[in-house]
Amino acid sequence: MRLKPSTALALSLWATCAAAIASLCAGPEGWAWPGAVPGFIVWEIRAPRTAAAWLLGALLGWAGAVAQGLFRNPLADPYLLGSASGASLAVVLVLAAGGGALASMGLVAAAFVGALAGIVLTLALARGAAHTPRLLLAGVVVGVMLGAASEGVASYSPEVLRARQVFLLGSTAFVGWGGVGWLAMVLGLALPLGLALARVLDALALGEDTARSLGLPVSAARMALVGLLALATGVAVAQAGLLAFVGLVAPHAVRGLLHLRPGAMPLASALAGGLLLLLADLGARTVLAPQELPVGVLTATLGGAFLLWRLHRSVNA
Amino acid sequence: MNRYVASLLAAWTLWASLLSQALAAPIKLVDDAGHTLSLKAPPQRVVSLLPSATETLCALGACKRLVGTDRFSNWPASVLALPKLGGLEDAQIERIAALKPELVVAAPHARVVAALRRLKLPVLVLKSDTHADVQRSFELLSAVLGQGDAGLQLWARLQRELEEAALAVPPAWQGARVYFEVDEAPYAAGATSYLGETLQRLKLRNIAPPELGPFPRLNPEFVLRQQPDVVMAAAGHLQQMPRRPGWQQLKALQQRRQCGFSEAHNDILARPGPRMAEGAWLLVNCLKALPAP
Repeated sequence: MRLKPSTALALSLWATCAAAIASLCAGPEGWAWPGAVPGFIVWEIRAPRTAAAWLLGALLGWAGAVAQGLFRNPLADPYLLGSASGASLAVVLVLAAGGGALASMGLVAAAFVGALAGIVLTLALARGAAHTPRLLLAGVVVGVMLGAASEGVASYSPEVLRARQVFLLGSTAFVGWGGVGWLAMVLGLALPLGLALARVLDALALGEDTARSLGLPVSAARMALVGLLALATGVAVAQAGLLAFVGLVAPHAVRGLLHLRPGAMPLASALAGGLLLLLADLGARTVLAPQELPVGVLTATLGGAFLLWRLHRSVNA
Repeated sequence: MNRYVASLLAAWTLWASLLSQALAAPIKLVDDAGHTLSLKAPPQRVVSLLPSATETLCALGACKRLVGTDRFSNWPASVLALPKLGGLEDAQIERIAALKPELVVAAPHARVVAALRRLKLPVLVLKSDTHADVQRSFELLSAVLGQGDAGLQLWARLQRELEEAALAVPPAWQGARVYFEVDEAPYAAGATSYLGETLQRLKLRNIAPPELGPFPRLNPEFVLRQQPDVVMAAAGHLQQMPRRPGWQQLKALQQRRQCGFSEAHNDILARPGPRMAEGAWLLVNCLKALPAP
C-alpha cells in the first residue's frame, strides 16, 4: 500500500487538524467542547500543550530523517549524537544541586546547554562531522559515558531519582506559550534549511563520493545540518524531556507509506512526527483519565506497533 | 472649635484607614523559593501538593479549606476523599486550575511551580528537608491562612513533646548507635536528614557520619563493621536483611535489637510535619521493648 504524496499530505493535514481539535476537547473529566470549559484552561493549558506536542513531534521527526539521511543509517535517531545523555546529566546535576528551587528557566536552560554540550563533545571526539562511522561511534561512547555519570550523580543524591525518571519519560504537560515560541522558532529554521539542502541529501543517498563529484558543498551542508540537528534536539529535550522513538519511527513510517526522494524526507517526516506525538499525547491524557500516562510510553508503544506491522507486511509481501 | 473638629476628623481618618487595612489584611510573605506571595485575604480554597503541608494545614485547623491534594497525602483520613491531583513531578495542572484554588502549596519544583504561576495561581513553595524547614513551614502556613501565631504554638507544643520523648529513652539506650535504613541499596538516613535530626533529638548516635550528607549510599560492609546497637528500617526490608551476605553477623539482628516500621508508621517517621513527635515516640517505644545493648 503506497500512497501518492499529495494524498498523504492531505490525509496527514486532515488527521492533524482532527487530532488538534480533539486535543483541545480532551480533559481529565472527559470530552467537552472548549466552550463548556473555563477559557483559560483551554487557552493557557490545552492549546499550548497541543501546539507543543505537534511541534516537538515535528522537530524530532525532522531531526530523525536528517540523521538517517546524513549518516545513511536507518537506525540513526536524533539523540544519537549525545544530546539525550548530555541533557539528562545537566538536569540531574541541577536537581542534585538543589535546583528544584531554581527558576523554571534553570532546568530548561540546563537541559538545553547539556544537550548542546553532549553534541559538541561528540563532534570534538570525532574530530568534526566529516567521518560518519567515527561520528556514530563517538556518539555512542559519549552517550554511555554521560549516562553513567548521571547514574552516578543520581545514586549519590537519591532524592532526584523520581524527577529524573519523569524527565527521561518525557512530558508535554508543563510547556507554556513561551516554550511553544522557542519550538516554533527552531522548526521555522529547520524546515527551510532542510528544503534548501534537499539536493545534498538526495546526492548523499548515492554515497558521499558521488555527492562530492557532483560539485555539491557536502562538508558545509553536513556541518549546517548537524548544527541544526543539535539545536532541534536540544530545544525539544529542554522543553519536554526525552520523548522516545518519535524521531526513529517517523521517517520509517513515511518510508513505509510513500516513495519519496531522500531530500523530501525531513519535511514529510516532520509532518508524520507531529501527528504521531499529537496522537500519543492525546492518548496519554485520555486512556487513564484523570491520571496521565507518560507520553514516552505511548510513543514507543504506538511507534513500535506500527513498525512491527510494516515489517510483518514487507516480509510477507 | 474648628481645631477640635479637625483633630476629630484626623483621628477618624486614621482609625478608618487602620480598620480598612485590618479588614483587607493584605498578606505578604516570602516563600522558600524566594518568591514574594501577596494575597488580599486568607485563601479559602487550598490545594496541597505536599503530604507534610497537608498534615500541617489540618493540624492548624484548616482542613476544611483543602479542595485537593497530591496522591501521597493520606493523613488525616478526611483528605482521602479529596481529588488526587498527581504527584509533584506529574502534577495535573489542568485539574488543579479547574478547582480554582486561592492557594497552591508545593515543594520546590521548578517546572510545576512555573506552570502554576503562569496561570496566575498563587503558589507557596515550602522546603521540608530539616526540622528548621518544618518550623518555618508552620509559620508561613499559619501566616498565609491568617491564623496569627498558631504555627508558633504548634511548633512549641511539638518541641515539648520531643523533649518528653527524649527523656523517655531508657537509660541503657541513651547514646546508642543507630543504623536507620531508608531504602535497600542500602541508603541510610544521614545525620543531616530530617530523620537524622530526630535521632539526634533523642540523643541517639548515627552510624552514618554527618559529612556523607542526608541520604548516603553506604557500603554494606561499612554497616557490618560499625556493628550498630540497633537497626531501624521498614518492616519488609528488615526481614530481608539477614539474607544479605555477611549480615547474619550483625549482632543487632542476631539479638533482635531491631525496629521494623509498617508503611503507616514510616509515613509518620519520614514526613516532616506535625506528627514529628509522634514519630519520635514510635522510636522510643520500640527501644523500650528491646533488650538492652
